Amino acid sequence: MLATASQRILGQSFQNIRPAVSVLRSYSSAAKQITVRDALNSALDEEMSADPKVFLMGEEVGEYQGAYKITKGLLEKYGPERVLDTPITEAGFTGIGVGAAYYGLKPVVEFMTFNFSMQAIDHIINSAAKSNYMSAGQISVPIVFRGPNGAAAGVGAQHSQCYASWYASCPGLKVLSPYNSEDARGLLKAAIRDPDPVVFLENELLYGESFSVSDEVLDSSFCLPIGKAKIEREGKDVTITAFSKMVGYALKAAEMLEKDGIYAEVINLRSIRPLDRSTINASVRKTNRLITVEEGFPQHGVGAEICASVVEESFAYLDAPVERIAGADVPMPYAANLERLAVPQIEDIVRAAKRACYRSVPLAATA
Amino acid sequence: MALSYLRSSSSRSVNLLKPLSSSLPLRRPISTDTTPITVETSVPFTSHQCDAPSCSVETNPKELLTFFRDMALMRRMEIAADSLYKAKLIRGFCHLYDGQEAVAVGMEAAITKKDCIITAYRDHCTFIGRGGTLLEVFAELMGRQAGCSKGKGGSMHFYKKDSNFYGGHGIVGAQVPLGCGLAFAQKYSKDETVTFALYGDGAANQGQLFEALNISALWDLPAILVCENNHYGMGTAEWRAAKSPAYYKRGDYVPGLKVDGMDALAVKQACKFAKEHALKNGPIILEMDTYRYHGHSMSDPGSTYRTRDEISGVRQERDPIERIRKLILSHDLATEKELKDIEKEVRKEVDDTITQAKESPMPEPSELFTNVYAKGLGVESFGADRKEVRATLP
Repeated sequence: MLATASQRILGQSFQNIRPAVSVLRSYSSAAKQITVRDALNSALDEEMSADPKVFLMGEEVGEYQGAYKITKGLLEKYGPERVLDTPITEAGFTGIGVGAAYYGLKPVVEFMTFNFSMQAIDHIINSAAKSNYMSAGQISVPIVFRGPNGAAAGVGAQHSQCYASWYASCPGLKVLSPYNSEDARGLLKAAIRDPDPVVFLENELLYGESFSVSDEVLDSSFCLPIGKAKIEREGKDVTITAFSKMVGYALKAAEMLEKDGIYAEVINLRSIRPLDRSTINASVRKTNRLITVEEGFPQHGVGAEICASVVEESFAYLDAPVERIAGADVPMPYAANLERLAVPQIEDIVRAAKRACYRSVPLAATA
Repeated sequence: MALSYLRSSSSRSVNLLKPLSSSLPLRRPISTDTTPITVETSVPFTSHQCDAPSCSVETNPKELLTFFRDMALMRRMEIAADSLYKAKLIRGFCHLYDGQEAVAVGMEAAITKKDCIITAYRDHCTFIGRGGTLLEVFAELMGRQAGCSKGKGGSMHFYKKDSNFYGGHGIVGAQVPLGCGLAFAQKYSKDETVTFALYGDGAANQGQLFEALNISALWDLPAILVCENNHYGMGTAEWRAAKSPAYYKRGDYVPGLKVDGMDALAVKQACKFAKEHALKNGPIILEMDTYRYHGHSMSDPGSTYRTRDEISGVRQERDPIERIRKLILSHDLATEKELKDIEKEVRKEVDDTITQAKESPMPEPSELFTNVYAKGLGVESFGADRKEVRATLP
């Protein structure tokens, strides 16, 4: 046991936990690099410019320029009537946002992190998600709830939870989670334009990462469809599903697997609800093996739903049991080494993929 | 016997047909009479951080008659709902408003359909006040297609967006921040209208109410918070739930007014005052001192936490319909018989509507999957056995 643990820790110190920066193939045409932060900021700016009903609300979104600077410059550009700094009262201001959406405005409510959304979750679920149904279509709620979700670095148990599976279980909500800058722009613009309540789960550690984007992505009309996953990397041997930060890890895992002759297909979910079951199932029918990756708690998680879906739709195509990689089933610890153990690492994904391909390294016998 | 010209309160300038046996002098038909009358409210307003409005309320015969008819209709509707519930045609929750009718009709008299109203689950009469029909009420209560929410909402989820009635909410207190949000949107859109967010004495202790009030005061929102204080939050009397049951003062820096909620004219005056205030100065709290004859809901007999004497005492002394009746009679605006005829007419209207509502079919099974989203994107949804029942969301 001890041998394995120390092997893993050693292995991890060689791993780069720092976020991957994609290399600019710089001599090609017009591809530009923008950070996820700038992608989100530009999306908000463009949607506010296009539709006067869109307004922003949240703690420090205005004068402070945004706790994570996502809303930088927007107060100066659009004024205090459209960019509203709220007191630290999530239940109150979320309810106010939903009420404004009832009337026909298009609020974008920021939670400083989604951990704080629990204070307002009644309004997200009971006041927003269910209203169109309960009113048989009279009251639609065109609101976006956005903010960082999941683990950051060293912020402890109360500030590190992933809420994807909680919100995605609720009919009436749409739940999106971008990975790169293209996702950030396209999905946020789609969320703001959508007439239904959208939970938009960002990731703090991705804000500073740069990604190449094409001119099309930078155009103000750019929008991604809700409910469609993206195949980030094609492969034939095993399917890996992931969202948000874990997409980057899955891509790195795929690179490592390739060296061992295993070609992984990486699916960036983008949309947790609606879940793109057809893309996932089509991929599994091709590769016959599935690894689901998420940062959040494993029980009743996103991976559990994907596994069930694949078992229901594509059982005959599975050549191996579905593998789940998720956060550890514990509250997030603070100590750096424990935190590393509590969050999926790239080699966890590699190991699971090899198991699914019946190529795993047997556990080292204890000394 | 001459037909009563009071059958409808539409403006017909028909001259009356007086029974020869009556010894009363000829008078103008009151269904259209808008001659102003001034009435003094019997209970003065108590104010907090503001000057109370005058106790002299302007009204007219037409309005008083409308009050009488509307409240009689609401009363009959709620009593009929009681019977339907006991007959198991209404299921789940059913929270009845009889006794509190004056708040619904007085408020409507002071505002327009462009002002917004949002309330909790005791919403049947508020919905009628906003222009909802009896058929929509009974059909919704029985879960039929003709219901205002097509049978998918139930008693607690009535809405009428075209007259700015935003429900119908089951979570105690949640409607208050939502109402402040409506007020925010009205101000943002420069509509010069206000929102009335109604809540009970039980909800008055909710934290989110104070959060929303703080923001409303900070941002000067045209929000009027109306505490319908019927003195019991389910089975808990106000003095057992609130350290300070002076709900009109609970806004601290927000002005408040305590109103006799069983007096439709006092309610009207207070709401008129509140609307003017909110448009200029931001939020204000109205506490309506009212009473519900029924228990909290149909599963509550309503007599384990209060005495039958108390209930009958209020009915004797303060019933809102009786007060308007006395007012109409004392001002000689109609005879007792004419008012009784209105009540009979209303009773028949309710009975006929129930018959009609019973004929409305239950929703089609496909309605299980409609309205989940405004824009369904063609995604799939599932029934209990997803291999059996799946649907594409429109």
